[in-house]
Amino acid sequence: MTFFTEFGRYLLMLKGMFSKPENGRMYWKEFMHQCSELGIGSLGIVAIISVFMGAVSTLQTAYQLVSPFIPKATIAQIVRDTVILEFAPTLVCIVLAGVVGSKIASELGNMRVSEQIDALEIMGINTKTYLVMPKIVAALVVIPMLVVISGVLGIWGGKFAGTVTGILSAQIFDRGLLQYFQPYNVFFALIKAYTFAFIISSIPAYYGYYVKGGALEIGRASTKSVVVSCIMILFADYLLAQLLLNSPGA
Amino acid sequence: MIEIKNIKKSFGDKIVIDGVSAVMQSGKCNLIIGTSGSGKTVLMKCMVGLLVPDSGEILYNGKEFGHMNTEHRKELRQQIGMLFQGSALFDSMHVEKNVMFPLNMFTHDTYAEKLRRVNEVLDRVNLNGVNKKFPAELSGGMKKRVGIARAIVLNPKYLFCDEPNSGLDPQTSLLIDKLIQEITIEYNITTIVNTHDMNSVMETGDHIIYMYQGLKEWEGSRKEIIFSKNKRLNDFIFASEFLRDAKDMRMLEAKGKIDNDRDMDELLK
Repeated sequence: MTFFTEFGRYLLMLKGMFSKPENGRMYWKEFMHQCSELGIGSLGIVAIISVFMGAVSTLQTAYQLVSPFIPKATIAQIVRDTVILEFAPTLVCIVLAGVVGSKIASELGNMRVSEQIDALEIMGINTKTYLVMPKIVAALVVIPMLVVISGVLGIWGGKFAGTVTGILSAQIFDRGLLQYFQPYNVFFALIKAYTFAFIISSIPAYYGYYVKGGALEIGRASTKSVVVSCIMILFADYLLAQLLLNSPGA
Repeated sequence: MIEIKNIKKSFGDKIVIDGVSAVMQSGKCNLIIGTSGSGKTVLMKCMVGLLVPDSGEILYNGKEFGHMNTEHRKELRQQIGMLFQGSALFDSMHVEKNVMFPLNMFTHDTYAEKLRRVNEVLDRVNLNGVNKKFPAELSGGMKKRVGIARAIVLNPKYLFCDEPNSGLDPQTSLLIDKLIQEITIEYNITTIVNTHDMNSVMETGDHIIYMYQGLKEWEGSRKEIIFSKNKRLNDFIFASEFLRDAKDMRMLEAKGKIDNDRDMDELLK
């Protein structure tokens, strides 16, 4: 199948999601269920990654800043900006593409193969609205939250590693955090989080929803969805950085 | 009443259904039979709207399914119940939630009313005490019965069953057949069953359509099937020697040649 055929079908799937829900309460329940599955379910791995990523950033930045003329507070500034601009949104979303993406693709794929999607269609339920939309909306709600949590935990991890190893004191780290802080960076990180959330929910949903065959094809669809999501995240990351950080107006 | 007119469906170059027309009789158990790959499942999927035919018409009480708008189609689909080959129960929900799902989606009844209805249909399919069991904990026959319960919970007008006996032992198959037949009469449903199980044909087929390589080869009742001279149908229905002998005996019986046990013994020699 050509790229354009697949892309067209992906767009049609997204278009098909917009229809009047048969029963608002059931859709709300499904949305909340997805929020819990995608958000709470990924919280542990996000927390672990974030703390270590911040800690490693502090240690590696300190290792590279060997000049006595550079104040120690600079380490905190670098850790803060690295975590906010790149690590929290991009790295966490790439991990989530694996965790959340494979879950969405395999769940929908299994429902397709075992005719559960057909059963819903026969009942008169728009399966794109009932199955795909709550996942995408839930991802758009919880993934930016996870990115914010990741940013906070990342910076905390950096501070913890810095103070425990004696690279810099907590006071110097805090001072560094506040120096030259640009709130625009947080806005940029959230734009990235929303974009990546859409990518890591809609692409696996597409691959899972249209899977054909059996267990082997579900596995293949799941893997393919993660690979495509990761590539799209990196592509979108570059595009957003170019548009929002390096364009003449920024 | 469901009427299909000149339905054609192909996948790529392969023609799967080649101009099939038939009328599914109201309040009766209509059987679509045929060998694997004869197009019966595709025909059923076209009838329920899971596949779009290349040409032809599917009429529900005179209204063309393909020309209905989304709202009318949704309304019609709420009058359709379907039992899938693999039961298609929702893995993440226990039996009670599976059966209650259509009620939750399409009614505004209280929980107590919905639970009463769920227990009523579960009782009707002879399943008690399994409300909190998950599909993975059920046997094949039980899954089929939960599938039937879910299909009839909204009191549908049409019941479609895709190979209801596949993967079941003969005894359980007979139970499922009997259940489908009883429900058809009790709820006055138009039932359409896809099968290649000969017990089903002989037990439940009020009206039978035999498909062969995408074409309707024969149509009639289960009484007529015994006396049919269609070679392909006979080869399919009476595939084993045992069934062929049974057919011969039935024909002889009908002609009055078997009058007593002695004649029967002679025939069996």
